[in-house]
Amino acid sequence: MSSPNDTSTQGTSTGGSSAPGGTGRRAPRGDAARGLSPSPLRTAGSFLLSRVQQIGIFIALVVIVLLFQGLTGGRLLTAGNVANIIVQNSYILILAIGMVMIIIAGHIDLSVGSVAAFVGAATGVMVVQWGWPWWLAIVVGIVLGAVVGAWQGFWVAVVGIPAFIVTLAGMLIFRGLTQITLSNTQITPFPAEYRQLGGGYLFPQLFPASTSPAEWITVGLGLLTLVLFVGSQLRGRHKRVKLGVEGEPAWWFWTRVGFGALLIVLLTYLLGIAEGSRGTPIVLIVLGALIVAYSVVMQRTRFGRHIYAVGGNRHAADLSGIRSKRIDFMLFVNMGMLAALAGIVFTGRLNSAGPGAGNLFELDAIAAAFIGGAAVQGGIGTVVGAITGGLIMGVLNNGMSLMGVSTDYQQFIKGMVLLLAVAFDVYNKRRARSLG
Amino acid sequence: MTAILEMRGITKEFPGVKALSDVNLTVERGEVHAICGENGAGKSTLMKVLSGVYPHGTYDGEIVFEAEPVQFRSISDSEHKGIVIIHQELALSPHLSLAENIFLGNERVGRGGLIDWHATNTEAQKLLARVGLGDNPAVRANEVGVGKQQLVEIAKALSKDVKLLILDEPTAALNDEDSAHLLDLIRHLQQQGITSIIISHKLNEIKAIADKVTVIRDGRTIETLVTHDVTEDRIIKGMVGRDLESRYPDRDVTIGDEVFRIEDWRVHHPTEANRVMIHDANLSVRAGEVVGIAGLMGAGRTELAMSVFGRSYGSHITGTAYLHGKPIDVRTVPAAIRAGLAYATEDRKMYGLNLIEDIKRNISAAALDKLVKRVLVDGEQEIIVAEGYRKSMRIKTPTVNAVVGKLSGGNQQKVVLSKWLFTDPEVLILDEPTRGIDVGAKYEIYTIINQLAAAGKAVIVISSELPELLGICDRIYTLSEGRMTGEFPIAQATPEALMQRMTQEKEADHVLAQ
Repeated sequence: MSSPNDTSTQGTSTGGSSAPGGTGRRAPRGDAARGLSPSPLRTAGSFLLSRVQQIGIFIALVVIVLLFQGLTGGRLLTAGNVANIIVQNSYILILAIGMVMIIIAGHIDLSVGSVAAFVGAATGVMVVQWGWPWWLAIVVGIVLGAVVGAWQGFWVAVVGIPAFIVTLAGMLIFRGLTQITLSNTQITPFPAEYRQLGGGYLFPQLFPASTSPAEWITVGLGLLTLVLFVGSQLRGRHKRVKLGVEGEPAWWFWTRVGFGALLIVLLTYLLGIAEGSRGTPIVLIVLGALIVAYSVVMQRTRFGRHIYAVGGNRHAADLSGIRSKRIDFMLFVNMGMLAALAGIVFTGRLNSAGPGAGNLFELDAIAAAFIGGAAVQGGIGTVVGAITGGLIMGVLNNGMSLMGVSTDYQQFIKGMVLLLAVAFDVYNKRRARSLG
Repeated sequence: MTAILEMRGITKEFPGVKALSDVNLTVERGEVHAICGENGAGKSTLMKVLSGVYPHGTYDGEIVFEAEPVQFRSISDSEHKGIVIIHQELALSPHLSLAENIFLGNERVGRGGLIDWHATNTEAQKLLARVGLGDNPAVRANEVGVGKQQLVEIAKALSKDVKLLILDEPTAALNDEDSAHLLDLIRHLQQQGITSIIISHKLNEIKAIADKVTVIRDGRTIETLVTHDVTEDRIIKGMVGRDLESRYPDRDVTIGDEVFRIEDWRVHHPTEANRVMIHDANLSVRAGEVVGIAGLMGAGRTELAMSVFGRSYGSHITGTAYLHGKPIDVRTVPAAIRAGLAYATEDRKMYGLNLIEDIKRNISAAALDKLVKRVLVDGEQEIIVAEGYRKSMRIKTPTVNAVVGKLSGGNQQKVVLSKWLFTDPEVLILDEPTRGIDVGAKYEIYTIINQLAAAGKAVIVISSELPELLGICDRIYTLSEGRMTGEFPIAQATPEALMQRMTQEKEADHVLAQ
């Protein structure tokens, strides 16, 4: 623990020493102050402008949350409803992680809904009809997803058919296989263990709400996350400052870390302490691990960096010694596995595997990636962006449902949000270009 | 002579940048007027103001065309008055016929609003003849070469009753032969009373064809010179704002042992397996040596280089590559890089860079492994590496987080070179390393090449500009129609001798045909 403490003092001192940043923040209060320090304000402004794409999406999410919190009379941010939003959207968010990677590489995957349904059906057969243990079914289901992904990756990477066509075919193929697997009926009910991934909570009996003032596991997890988050941020900044390569102003670093910490605290409160809280949904643990792991993969591993390189300019990547076809293949295998996981979560949540499961999931996942700032031409996008995009859609859905907006209007509004989000992105890029 | 065009006090600002300030340009009727300046000097912006891409009201100053003030709101406004601009990037639609392209947006319409194909094709034929093309107007645009496409663009301009033709870097993508043809055509059009403005980097062309040259630097008009009276060096002085003592930096040559050699290198066309593109080429390069490959466009220079670099071009490749006398595996790009080869492509934007990514990630792209500790890329180390190259290569950018697409051509090329240097190669193949780069940056690239050679690297330079090869190489190979036709130590290399070998095969064929 001593190292984070050291870095925290180091961080504070850099924060304090950068007086221009401080003045910049206070300046808007008075015209006199603004007149005295125009340059730090402008630097701060241009820095924010350079990040407007990344920041814009988070602001949009916060605005939408606050908007619906108001419109629903505070019913949005209640313990039960927040857990609901997480569980309801978990499978879309899992798909969005794989989807944004595919989109960054310049492809698209239209088949994920069908693949999720197919794997859900197959695990249903294994668990319910064949009586396999739940864990074996889940493992085999994910392997099955990888095989499906390899099949599609083969056609995209080896044969060279555009992913749009391959996965359009896959959408039909795996929907068909789902129906064949199920003989057009539903498989239900699933054993309780299998359903945990979709709707279960972490150790629900340990701290029952009737006797315990808080769900301590959730509180503990929240604190652990907080420490890990702030610690890793500080360590990273400390290292960058020491090497003299930090490009982020201190005021922004603290704003960002503060915002992240606030979010973790708020979520911890809502899931563990607030009235009616039931603890941590198991799928949130899975989702959190996936977000962290895939963010690291995308930013810090060869595989991830090669995905950006291939999506940005495939020819240049090839001539830089990057095996772009292998990247394509791996991406589809990865997508297949994530689609399988999404299918298992969804099946568990519904407690049934049906022939129509996962319908239109692909479109929600694609929309999440694009709302989250992924570029249609490829090369641009982040996992966190896609998750935020997915949450925007999820909160919209949930908020409108709470308000009693009918599904036809919901569709309309979601469509408009997608269009406007991408239009905003295009507008920003154009402005950035004209500035440069 | 009277002025056909006067642009007075043109000032154009973008947010935060003054692209043009108080630019004046007078073009006399019937002349060929060259505009030159370094990249980013404001030439293209000026032409966009003139042609209405930037509509009236977004700039200050006035434009007088044919003695009347004009206020263009769009390209079609300016075309209506007879001002036609032909951009550097050709804008022909590849799957339409030449005739359809010529009359695109200006279709020959008969009765009932239907296209009159007879009129379209016959008129197209006449227009093509005017630019010296005998091609069938029904041929699709992608079936003719780049040189001819440029001429089709001019035919398209002629169809619009052009009075002032603006050509933006018209010969940038053309070989010497096509360039000569194009310049002839501009002269020919001049005799027919068409005024031309030509933007070009190639000073010899400007000398050859232009009556006057206006030099623009940093968004200002520096001077207008009568081309006949001035030397190329005088024009360069205006462009860079100082005398360039020499266009090629001096260096001390210390040549060591042979580093790289290819023997009997034979390459077939990627799709037509019977077509041999490179015939049993032999080539060697020693440590500290800069070796040039000269050849006309289509001679197979790039094809040779790319086939060596991980079989990136061609099929049925045979022959052996040696490094320090030992055969090496160059069958895939990763293998070639591992063996110590680096290849900087002739087309930076298409094949060399990820334009939407920042400088540091472009530099690390070919050797990311060097930054990986256990399984993770060391992002801090990456910045330090990139910063190192930013300083040593003098890449003009405040930070290595800047997006590469926003850099000038010269700085982009420095990023490409940094990327390859980071792979720590022994052999660098540089394909047209100074294409589309302004004079000042060219000098810097030459300096970098010299430093590489001085550090004991073996450097192969491919270039269409003979003076460049003569200025920087120690030895020059000539390539003609896929065959090595000559090898000249620099002392014996003259433009005439090289050109003779570069065209050798063609003449031989010619004799045979007779």
